[in-house]
Amino acid sequence: MPPNVVVDWLYVGVFAIVGTIMAALPLAVVWLLAPRADLPQKTLTYESGVIPFGQAWAQFNVRYYLFALIFVVFDVEVIYLYPWAVVFRRLSAFAFVEMLIFVLILLVGLAYAWRKGALEWV
Amino acid sequence: MLQPLADGIKLIFKEDFVPARVDLVVYWLAPAISMVVALFVYAVIPFGPEITIFGRRVPLYLADVNIGILVVLAASSVGVYGIILGGWSSNNKYSLLGSLRSSAQLISYELALGLAVIAVVITAGSLSLVEIVKAQERVWFVALQPLGFVIFLIAAVAETNRAPFDLPEAEQELIAGYQTEYGGFKFAMFYIAEYIAIVTMSALATTLFWGGWQGPVLPPLVWFALKTFAFIFFFVWIRATLPRVRHDQLMAFGWKVLVPLGLVNVVVTALIVVLRQP
Repeated sequence: MPPNVVVDWLYVGVFAIVGTIMAALPLAVVWLLAPRADLPQKTLTYESGVIPFGQAWAQFNVRYYLFALIFVVFDVEVIYLYPWAVVFRRLSAFAFVEMLIFVLILLVGLAYAWRKGALEWV
Repeated sequence: MLQPLADGIKLIFKEDFVPARVDLVVYWLAPAISMVVALFVYAVIPFGPEITIFGRRVPLYLADVNIGILVVLAASSVGVYGIILGGWSSNNKYSLLGSLRSSAQLISYELALGLAVIAVVITAGSLSLVEIVKAQERVWFVALQPLGFVIFLIAAVAETNRAPFDLPEAEQELIAGYQTEYGGFKFAMFYIAEYIAIVTMSALATTLFWGGWQGPVLPPLVWFALKTFAFIFFFVWIRATLPRVRHDQLMAFGWKVLVPLGLVNVVVTALIVVLRQP
């Protein structure tokens, strides 16, 4: 790795640390400065004025899992496309055909999910 | 003009309110995550080319990493965690629903965003944002990638949770979505993150499609700022113009229109590149 690249990544690392401080500092300042007065009624969870019943950590609609699963499939696909896109100009037309087949297979997958109703939100 | 700043300072002195039934660690962590990833992205966005000040060459970008665009996309993916953790840790039904909706929306439109960016990467032949801007010296990519630009813009609005895609915080149905149980400066941090995300997406649209810092007469930095402000104006403008869409419409549009269109755009771009090769 040329030293320039290392320096650039170092900058990114420094930025991440500064960003973390920028987020942690106001939280700490607020924790020190802001007034606090906890009453039992006030710390109740908001539920349109009704005293909340049960926990909110319940099961939720299975639709969300379906979309999450399809998302994982296609996100991995997109990640595979990135390296191909970078070197694409240096590859032959054969690389294009290969990727076309890859994309087509995934399109068939999307069509299948669509047909099965996984993309319907009811 | 300084009103937002005054509001922010005011919120520091507001009561540091923690509801009784929250998951404490996650409740504190979520706004911090949102803000850190929103700030982090600016390390790789190029504001201008190398300029010479007092005989020293100073680049107007912090870091020219070879996978700049991936860093941006990764950071925006991590941003989803801030929202879903914030909604979940509140132990409030509205918050949970809001954050679930939000994550479903964000992951759906992230795909479209990624696909639009791939088409740009093919055209430029690099993942570095600086290289992408330099590749637009002769013609801006919005001319070569009109469809990609439209996909990117729609997905960017959805990614930043702005109207007409602001379902995660649809006031009429969900109180305030994932922020319902947040008050004081933690609430402000979510908002700061959202507004920074708008600026980020505007800067990214400028960098990827509108030639970045390039333009005649004016200095590069001014051009970059002008273009970015134009996009920020656009964000505010459509918020005032378009009504909110329904959640099923939103998901259907993302998956049945934007993702296939994005794939077609990538294939067509690749095809043109292949055909133009000698």
